[in-house]
Amino acid sequence: MTRRVVLTGIGVRAPGGSGTKEFWELLTAGRTATRRISFFDPSPFRSQVAGEVDFDAQAEGFTPRELRRMDRATQFAVACTRDALADSGLQPGSALAGHPEPHRLGVSLGSAVASATSLEREYLVMSGSGREWVVDPGYLSPHMFDYLSPGVMPAEIAWTVGAEGPVTMVSDGCTSGLDAVGYAAQLIREGSVDAMVAGAADTPVSPIVVACFDAIKATTTRNDDPEHASRPFDGSRNGFVLAEGAAMFVLEEYGSALARGAHVYAELTGYATRSNAYHMTGLKKDGRELAEAIRVALGQARADATDVDYVNAHGSGTKQNDRHETAAFKRSLGQHAYDVPVSSIKSMVGHSLGAIGSIEIAACALAIEHGIVPPTANLHTADPECDLDYVPLTARERRLNTVLTVGSGFGGFQSAMVLQRPEGARS
Amino acid sequence: MTATSVTTPAPATRAVVTGIGVTAPNGLGTEAYWKAALAGVNGIRELSRFDAGRFPSRLAGEITDFRAEDHLPGRLLPQTDLSTRLTLAASDWALADAEVTPETLTDYTKGVVTSNATGGFEFTHGEFRKLWTEGPEHVSVYESFAWFYAVNTGQISIRNSMRGPSAALVGEQAGGLDAIGHARRTVRQGTDLMVTGGVDSALDPWGYASQLAGGRVTTVADPDRAYLPFDTRASGYVPGEGGAILVVENPDTARERGVRRVYGEIAGYAATFDPAPGSGRPSRLGRAAELALDDAGVAPGEVDAVFADAAGIPELDRAEAEAIAGIFGPGGVPVTAPKALTGRLYAGGGPLDVVAALLAIRDGVLPATAGTGEVPETYGLDLVLGEPRELPVGTALVLARGRWGFNAAVVVRAAHL
Amino acid sequence: MKTMTLDDLRRILRECAGSDEGLEAGESALDTAFDDLGYDSLALMESASRIQKEFGVAIPDDEITEVETPRALLDLVNGSLPAAA
Repeated sequence: MTRRVVLTGIGVRAPGGSGTKEFWELLTAGRTATRRISFFDPSPFRSQVAGEVDFDAQAEGFTPRELRRMDRATQFAVACTRDALADSGLQPGSALAGHPEPHRLGVSLGSAVASATSLEREYLVMSGSGREWVVDPGYLSPHMFDYLSPGVMPAEIAWTVGAEGPVTMVSDGCTSGLDAVGYAAQLIREGSVDAMVAGAADTPVSPIVVACFDAIKATTTRNDDPEHASRPFDGSRNGFVLAEGAAMFVLEEYGSALARGAHVYAELTGYATRSNAYHMTGLKKDGRELAEAIRVALGQARADATDVDYVNAHGSGTKQNDRHETAAFKRSLGQHAYDVPVSSIKSMVGHSLGAIGSIEIAACALAIEHGIVPPTANLHTADPECDLDYVPLTARERRLNTVLTVGSGFGGFQSAMVLQRPEGARS
Repeated sequence: MTATSVTTPAPATRAVVTGIGVTAPNGLGTEAYWKAALAGVNGIRELSRFDAGRFPSRLAGEITDFRAEDHLPGRLLPQTDLSTRLTLAASDWALADAEVTPETLTDYTKGVVTSNATGGFEFTHGEFRKLWTEGPEHVSVYESFAWFYAVNTGQISIRNSMRGPSAALVGEQAGGLDAIGHARRTVRQGTDLMVTGGVDSALDPWGYASQLAGGRVTTVADPDRAYLPFDTRASGYVPGEGGAILVVENPDTARERGVRRVYGEIAGYAATFDPAPGSGRPSRLGRAAELALDDAGVAPGEVDAVFADAAGIPELDRAEAEAIAGIFGPGGVPVTAPKALTGRLYAGGGPLDVVAALLAIRDGVLPATAGTGEVPETYGLDLVLGEPRELPVGTALVLARGRWGFNAAVVVRAAHL
Repeated sequence: MKTMTLDDLRRILRECAGSDEGLEAGESALDTAFDDLGYDSLALMESASRIQKEFGVAIPDDEITEVETPRALLDLVNGSLPAAA
């Protein structure tokens, strides 16, 4: 018997408003949440723009002890997990109020740079602001091991929900958020678990990460116009806008979700990942491997290219990505690539590295739920090589049965996922 | 999700190991490591990379005989951390062992899943330093990927033209078995060949200090008495570097491409997580072992050896001993921990134990748990002590635990094509 | 202010992007495309950062990605050096 996977709870922390509701309002209004970096003085850096989250940890209910222990990304993930559970009608604690058994519940958390913020803070303390190569063990934080090896992040989620099944972190760079959910769905599908808390978190707005992307000139230099700096597919774009954020989900086996009367946002019917085996940061123009991932994911969903009602693009706003991706859509969807709406929410919330794949899944589930296609903000004059319908500026109402979301990341990862309106509500 | 795919093979698809590459503190290369493990050659020594005089611990399982330029093209050196160089060397050796070339199979039928617990830490330490002492414009272009946890998967994929499903998993010391389990899953879902395993290294001053912050590293200074898992004198562990990379394949396509020898089969896998600290409820390690045996269709009585996680902390050693005795009965199965000679290798630990288990199957011998002498009777363990023990090994269970509560178990058994 | 020589460039490329026999071979490498010598855009960006540090010449982003050969890069750097006076 085939086991099916459904999404029954969502929690989001993204720039421009902390919760899921604020996130969706931002997207449907086509508002942007990118701004000049406020966490530190960005003036020595090439790119000075980011999508920052106004996260009030105390208002989120974290105790001082938890805050001392948890990296910012972990706090985001835990806050989203609490929301996702509540949204799904489940109670946190030692097993989810009887559903399911603790060892049948697992956690899959995506993150690309994990505890980068805490690492940098502790580094400065231990190294005398970088002067000493042999750091001073006298200044060693008891939590430094947690930042060195970020397994503590999914562990905190497991403790939050009482999971005693498989717990892991999926760290595939910028496809982590998509792949962590895909990994979770595989475990439910194969029968190892009945439910997973899955999603991703990244909080990379720190000097070292900004410097990383400065070095390869991948981030925007539109520093004088930060609100309009993330411009996927627009001819004037010049790099992505670094951001932070998180999204977590409750995923369940369809039958047990139905049995407890859970609200189903969407069914996850297809997922595939491929690698380009080409370059750690570069993309070939032809989009071949991303197209293959899309083709395989649609095949699993038993969907034709023409069934796709909306494509949530990776749309990072680098010239290289936008062209690569456009080629992949044409290669995998054929003529339908020109007809289907394609949009990038990174135009509004920026690119939160490992987290964004999950934030985009949240956008897709909400798009199906509300029958609205989020737009690509800041898209005024498309790059002539990007000739699809990218839903410029304004959201559109449209009934969505089948939605495709894709991701592309350093290391060559190319991933695609198909979400569909729950059966019964589909026709 | 591929369970619905029309291309999904029958559930009976096995995943066999056709190639092995090892970089261990007591041996570079599979046979060098295995010889050292059987001879009791210790890879634990005083750190040589920096003066750890101010540190409360100064020992590590440090690899001292690896010269990257002897094994890798010069082009890869400026852009890689030591952990990635060790990974790429190990994967080269594993692929050569399996007689895989870039022309073997087609590109989407080969994937990579590795585990990584600490990223390219020494490399990133250098770049943090440049940022804060010289300024952002001096940070390397390679930092954006030399640091992150996916680097080894990506670099193996590029070096060997592997375009199939790939991933990187993090779960501290348990993650390496999760990677092997996911490689098996991916083969079962229809990918012909996976490169898997894990390698870690973080023995620069900052990385080493960070490992000490975990509070479980021994402060005993004598390399031969520092890491004594299951011993009454157990005082903590010694961190090490290195690990193992394996080639895991569908036996049908392996046979078609002319493979004649396999090391064995990844027959079962499971993972669990411990209840939250303070809950008072017991570890779920035993549950992971039982689920992995069920997954393999193996009864406890059919298991010939257990390769233990061997934390080297009395409380954790006792929990593991209880889990083993709970399944196999007191003294019911020979148990060993060759990692006593390498230190704990994080993502590399589980895969290196899987290699030891496969070689035990091949050669009919279990390496001893070096150094350990006196095991509390209450543990109920038949621990291999002193000398290697010769016995036929058809099936072995490998256990791994990661800090915070990760448990993973892999069952390997003898196999033929 | 010193000018940058082919030997300087060889050394910088070796340090920033690894050894390369093509460029070691001699003057003929001067007009061989970086692509053909096996140097990608990352290698050139890393080298540009080193050149800035050693020679004080900042090569604009769009120029370093456009420069095609060692000779063109040397000309670009030496042409931008402050006058010897």
